[in-house]
Amino acid sequence: MWRPVFAWLLLITIAPMSAADARDVYGFDTQAQEQRFQTLISELRCPKCQNQNIADSNAPISKDMRDEVYRMMSDGASNEEIVGALVDRFGEFVRYKPEVDSRTILLWATPAIVVLGGLMVVAGIVIRSRRAGQDESPLTDEERARASRMLDGDDSSRT
Amino acid sequence: MKRLLLFTPLILAVVLGVVLFAGIGKDPNKLESALIGKPVPQFLLTDLHDESRELTRQVFEGQMSLLNVWGTWCPACRDEHGDLVWLAEEKGVRIVGLNYKDNRDDALVWLDRLGDPYQVSVYDPRGSLGFDLGVYGAPETYVIDAEGIVRYRHVGVINEKVWEQDIKPIVDRFREKN
Repeated sequence: MWRPVFAWLLLITIAPMSAADARDVYGFDTQAQEQRFQTLISELRCPKCQNQNIADSNAPISKDMRDEVYRMMSDGASNEEIVGALVDRFGEFVRYKPEVDSRTILLWATPAIVVLGGLMVVAGIVIRSRRAGQDESPLTDEERARASRMLDGDDSSRT
Repeated sequence: MKRLLLFTPLILAVVLGVVLFAGIGKDPNKLESALIGKPVPQFLLTDLHDESRELTRQVFEGQMSLLNVWGTWCPACRDEHGDLVWLAEEKGVRIVGLNYKDNRDDALVWLDRLGDPYQVSVYDPRGSLGFDLGVYGAPETYVIDAEGIVRYRHVGVINEKVWEQDIKPIVDRFREKN
């Protein structure tokens, strides 16, 4: 009975540790700088492990990349320069947020295109059904008279 | 017109099928190097065999070479080593070794015991040249032309099949050009 509780306790005590010791390696003067570093390394992708950012990855290459980000930050490089330096080495692949250019415009625009397309389809359906509603010709006078006769029960046209 | 619209889902499914099918069999772990068409980065490192001899990117100038990134800590490098020796001895390929994040003594013992396929061995204990090259996992092998321009990168083990299918055509193409 205690086993799941113990496992859970173990999990919640161990899980935050990897993030904590990654942070402890680097020293920062201000909270803002540390925040900037964290944001940068969480937006860079590890080329070895592929589905992790370099903040989470334990691969040696991620450590090298974190070191480089830290070194460049200490040298006063801008975020663009830092990301650019890593893209020059490892390729566009390391960006979790690709730049908007002629090659990636489709990637960025697809959600908008899909939403727009969906709206157009919905609009089309609404307009069409409204138009169909107008076109539906009401009964002519003769038909109406016949209908009431039917309802009254003396339909002469019935044979 | 209306009838054609009925085929939209089918068309979409076919297009999606083609796109997804194109991705099958591609190894997502193999990335194209960002340095293709660019010169080998500048470096100043020592010769693995001779601490006092300094090497720069000039080691690539004048002839076509393969640059092989390896380390004694890397099991797959052990796996491909025999094939590198074969390439150097049987095929006469010039191979430059980049001993990556390794220990000089261990590396020398390794070459002593298993044979040395490298015409030049660059010693990069801290992985600085490796980092500039975008090495993300040894072994990696680069095709570098006579002007020191990176032409191709192979990530993973080199063997006879990889040589014949992937690397040799590129070596031949750029050898002719010069």
